[in-house]
Amino acid sequence: MGKLGNERGAVAGRNFIPSQLLQGNLAIAEGAIYAGARFYAGYPITPSSEIADEFAARMPKSGGVFIQMEDEIGSIAAVVGASLAGAKALTATSGPGFSLMQENLGLAVMGEVPCVVVDVQRSGPSTGLATKPAQADIMQVRWGRHGDQSVIAVCPATVHECFTLTVQAFNFAERFRVPVIVAADEIVGHMRENVVLPAAGEIEVLDRRSPSCAPAEYLPFKPGGDGVAPLAAYGSDYVTHVTSSMHGLDGYSNNDPANAAWRVRQLHEKIERHRDEIVLTGFYGEEDAEVLIVTLGAPTRAARAAALEAGAAGVKVGVLQLQTVWPFPDKEIAAAGRNARMVVVPEMNYGGQVAGEVRKIFGPSVDIRNVNKYNGTIITPQDIIDAVAGVGGAKG
Amino acid sequence: MSHATGRQYLKPGVLPHMWCPGCGIGTMLGAMLRAFEELQYSRTETVVVTGIGCTGKLDDYLLTNALHTTHGRALAYATGVKAFKPSLNVVVVMGDGDSVTIGGNHFIHAARRNIDVTAIVLNNYNFGMTGGQASGTTPVGSFTSTTAWGNPERQFDVCALADTAGANYVARTTPHHAWEMQGIIKRALVKKGFSVVEVVSPCPAHFGRYNDMKETPDMLRWLRGQAVPVETYRTLSVAERQTCFPIGCLVDRSEPDFNARYESLRTRATSN
Repeated sequence: MGKLGNERGAVAGRNFIPSQLLQGNLAIAEGAIYAGARFYAGYPITPSSEIADEFAARMPKSGGVFIQMEDEIGSIAAVVGASLAGAKALTATSGPGFSLMQENLGLAVMGEVPCVVVDVQRSGPSTGLATKPAQADIMQVRWGRHGDQSVIAVCPATVHECFTLTVQAFNFAERFRVPVIVAADEIVGHMRENVVLPAAGEIEVLDRRSPSCAPAEYLPFKPGGDGVAPLAAYGSDYVTHVTSSMHGLDGYSNNDPANAAWRVRQLHEKIERHRDEIVLTGFYGEEDAEVLIVTLGAPTRAARAAALEAGAAGVKVGVLQLQTVWPFPDKEIAAAGRNARMVVVPEMNYGGQVAGEVRKIFGPSVDIRNVNKYNGTIITPQDIIDAVAGVGGAKG
Repeated sequence: MSHATGRQYLKPGVLPHMWCPGCGIGTMLGAMLRAFEELQYSRTETVVVTGIGCTGKLDDYLLTNALHTTHGRALAYATGVKAFKPSLNVVVVMGDGDSVTIGGNHFIHAARRNIDVTAIVLNNYNFGMTGGQASGTTPVGSFTSTTAWGNPERQFDVCALADTAGANYVARTTPHHAWEMQGIIKRALVKKGFSVVEVVSPCPAHFGRYNDMKETPDMLRWLRGQAVPVETYRTLSVAERQTCFPIGCLVDRSEPDFNARYESLRTRATSN
């Protein structure tokens, strides 16, 4: 981070709030530290490495720990271990590393371990166009692990959002005892913008709830009234038993079918019942749009430019940005598109991973148009305007 | 004075345990819990991390903090626990599959990093839980369900690997030497830095059955016959060493552990 930090400066007798030119990845690191992250385990991979570099430099000064692990499998495992020892912990990676993390991320779901994983998405499949931007991990973020499971994911479009949505990611992780994925992309991660970061206390920072019962009474998997169980750290007055296996309220293996069914439902319901609190969106343009652009990440920027241009030509266009992508903002999309005859979904992948979800929301009377780009280049405003004008979305 | 039983760490109502007759895991569990008691470990300050397989089921029996993880990754989870909270006693219990087959990368890096955890490796030369398949420690030429014509691959020497990769303390024992095992585990727990205790164990249900050791005592005798105190082993010729393995403490050094080194860089960082 720039030397100015969040300190207030003074010039010619006037107080001012300093801004700074900051990279998206570094804003993610700043957001994580603001949220209280004090443990980072990771393995280098472009385009995410700046986040590791920042933590390597900063953690020893703040009582935290940075550890470079032998691979991404070990990175997420160490993050989960540190979180159970009481840390707010994160790792950052890109597609190939994110693929490697999936099994242990499943343990974080099963063991209800708060943690944050940043996936600065890059082109694939496999090594792909290393390391050009993509948004082809949206479904992997949601479904990458085996078995029934649910996670939360946020998706920044600006450097400022890299900061604020990372703070929210930690808040969601702590509040709901769940891994949260920051699904950034190479464009946003490597972009630099002039930002004024929130001052301390400006954004609420949440911590996991600790148990208040007598130690002998503690059941680490017994949900409270909000559907989420309090979590005691290793080394506290409480004993905490965590397992990757199906387990009862006490955290010990339990193969009873009724318990298993309840547990799987609980892992989903603790998120579903709070989805209104979790789903964050941004809206730009005309409220009663005839054309709605549903977007996330870097293409949000092209969508906003396209909306301005189309608006100038007399088309009423609205842009709904999915800051939270999972749980999917279906209600918000339906509301924003209530008068729309056309919904355009620009995304940097071949299959239209978000568009597929949008199609589930609208009936056949709404014209849903994919704008997909999967050649490692950015989606431009013109690509979106062409789709609206019916000349076909960008391909390839 | 009565000696330690380790019962204060054992979950009530879990006996008899799930492991097969003749398996060494129960003996190892008992030795570990007695060592905990002798060291006056508190349940809240102790974290036992397990992997997957027969040995991985061990956390079900414990009243300490526990983390039952994924196959091969126990050491990486334990690294996160210990790196963030160095005051905890972190003990990792794994089989030969967890430690040096699927998890070999974490094993050598935990040793290189010299993270202050104790790894107890129950080596029974095969994957028991899945029906007796070959692992990274299955001796060359021996039979398992996936080496029906004899194992074409050579085996890892768990202790030599730990030694070469930089562990501070490396020892080997067998369930036949249960009393010594307790002392070895205790010394490994006390030792700063990465400690490895290999428990070479019978698996009569699978490995023994495939290799002409029909009864439990056959396999125990087979192991006992190969186990030679390290002091004696060192006097043997190279040829004589081919038919046996050393037991006892093989490596004992005092290199700074990860947390000690991290603490010193913290001092450097904060004084800058």
